[in-house]
Amino acid sequence: MATSVPTSSRRKTGRRSPLASVALLLIGLLATGGAYAAFTTSASASTPASEQAQVSEGKKLFEANCATCHGLGAVGTAGVAPSLVGVGPAAVDFQVGTGRMPMAASGPQAEQKPTQFTNTQIAALAAYVGSLAPGPAIPSADSLKGGNVSTGAELFRVNCAMCHNVAGAGGALTEGKYAPPLTGVTAKHVYEAMVTGPQNMPVFNNLNITPKDKAAIVAYLQYLDSHPSPGGLDLGNLGPVSEGLFVWIFALGAIVVVTIWLTAKPN
Amino acid sequence: MPVGTAVVLPDSEQIQNPGFPPYRPRVSDLDPKKARSNERRIALLFAASMVGSVFAIVAYIVFPINANDPGSIRLNNLFLGLGIALSLLGIGIAAVHWSKALMEGHDLSEERHMTRGSEATRASAAEVFHLGNKESGFTRRKLVRNTLIASLALWPLPGIIIFRDLGPADQDANDVLRHTMWKAGTRLTKDPNGVPIKASDVTLGSVFHVIPEGLDDREDALEQKAKAAVLLMRLKPEDLHVSKGRENWNYHGIVAYSKICTHVGCPVALYEQQTHHLLCPCHQSQFDITHEAEVIFGPAKRPLPQLPITVDSEGYLVARSDFHEPVGPSFWERDHT
Repeated sequence: MATSVPTSSRRKTGRRSPLASVALLLIGLLATGGAYAAFTTSASASTPASEQAQVSEGKKLFEANCATCHGLGAVGTAGVAPSLVGVGPAAVDFQVGTGRMPMAASGPQAEQKPTQFTNTQIAALAAYVGSLAPGPAIPSADSLKGGNVSTGAELFRVNCAMCHNVAGAGGALTEGKYAPPLTGVTAKHVYEAMVTGPQNMPVFNNLNITPKDKAAIVAYLQYLDSHPSPGGLDLGNLGPVSEGLFVWIFALGAIVVVTIWLTAKPN
Repeated sequence: MPVGTAVVLPDSEQIQNPGFPPYRPRVSDLDPKKARSNERRIALLFAASMVGSVFAIVAYIVFPINANDPGSIRLNNLFLGLGIALSLLGIGIAAVHWSKALMEGHDLSEERHMTRGSEATRASAAEVFHLGNKESGFTRRKLVRNTLIASLALWPLPGIIIFRDLGPADQDANDVLRHTMWKAGTRLTKDPNGVPIKASDVTLGSVFHVIPEGLDDREDALEQKAKAAVLLMRLKPEDLHVSKGRENWNYHGIVAYSKICTHVGCPVALYEQQTHHLLCPCHQSQFDITHEAEVIFGPAKRPLPQLPITVDSEGYLVARSDFHEPVGPSFWERDHT
């Protein structure tokens, strides 16, 4: 209020406040000095400084959104949520980036849902958890490219298809848990899931499936996404379940209709 | 007095067969115009069938199956199928429509034939047998009859013996089922590329799909893989409940179990790394890896056999020996060594 009153009176009179030149001088000095400081330190310490800022931003986000279950310092709460020390930025990027975390309700497994954080916030959370202890890093965009589709298909059949279905359509596990369908999952999240083993999925580290082979699996899944079933309607690729249901409803339905027509009296 | 609880009505009260309902004339009986239009309709359906047959031939030629183009199979099958369906459905629907709309429409009933033949037929059949017996001497010449019966009983035996030896040549089938490729010192390698696995590669929560070293060099690689496939998992050592005599079968929490279900031999590989349960996708048998793969649900009867493992001087995981029991489903001689 104190500043707005003189502003309006200044406009009327058309004269500058006597303090205006002082303020302008101050702003100019601060801007030059600040810029100078920023430029001179950038060569040696600007990256750690911004990383440090990201980590502390992540820490704040973590304490506000995750610490209720995972505990302050991400040490976990027995019987509620695991410790996140050492899970690495990849695990955070996967769990939060696919909306599985924060969990909406406890259940057999965390469901995928719309993401609750922006990309910057997810990066900050990942940086914070990554700063606690070394763990799998978020894969670079280059490491996800150039995989061989047929190698990927073979590796997928050996390592993934028993749970996720050979066409990546997903499948049931025990006691309400399930392996989710892999259609439309981004390459980064597929890669991160293999490295970190979210929830009941086993870990496939880089010595088991090399980064090149992981890129091949990603390439196979992308091939499945971009090449729809050559056999036409795939009925969810669930095999005998959906195909059997289709036959029961439509084939038996047709037989019933024909039977009624055969025995109906002509008019 | 009749025995039982059935209610038997006297003849006077029994429900009489009401017979057929009175014949209701159809529109085509009353109106010759309608009959003609039905006739045309039936002819049109037969014509549609002709079109379908020709279309199927044309489609088969126009949409050939090209190698390396799965989409061509779909077009070929789709149009060929549509043509054949039209061709057969046209005939079928036309025939039914013909019989319903134009053919003689009065209800009629046909009596079912008696199952029992007439006395004369039965007597003559018996006579044929008596005559056959008399002429052949079947009951009189007991030696001939008995040798005939014995020879008939024996002739299938060669077939059964041959079936018994359908297994691999110059090997005892029982022995084949009882042993796998694993022996002391065989390295555990990754499926499918055969790269040996170091104990340090197997981090906590990992699962490796394992084949024995040298599998791909075998001529019978698939037969061997069907018995020797193994799932390798690492748990916290304190989570394992190791029974007496198996103390050195795991290596710092790394355990190897046969991947072949003991129920009917599906590959059991749906491992949940938090519950440590292994699920068989075929019939939902569940095995608890923390309790030496004991069955906790489903139709499997026995736990999955454990492969005893250790490391060699270079740090690679190797088998201590073959499995100590036959892998996979039961077989006749399984429990008799």
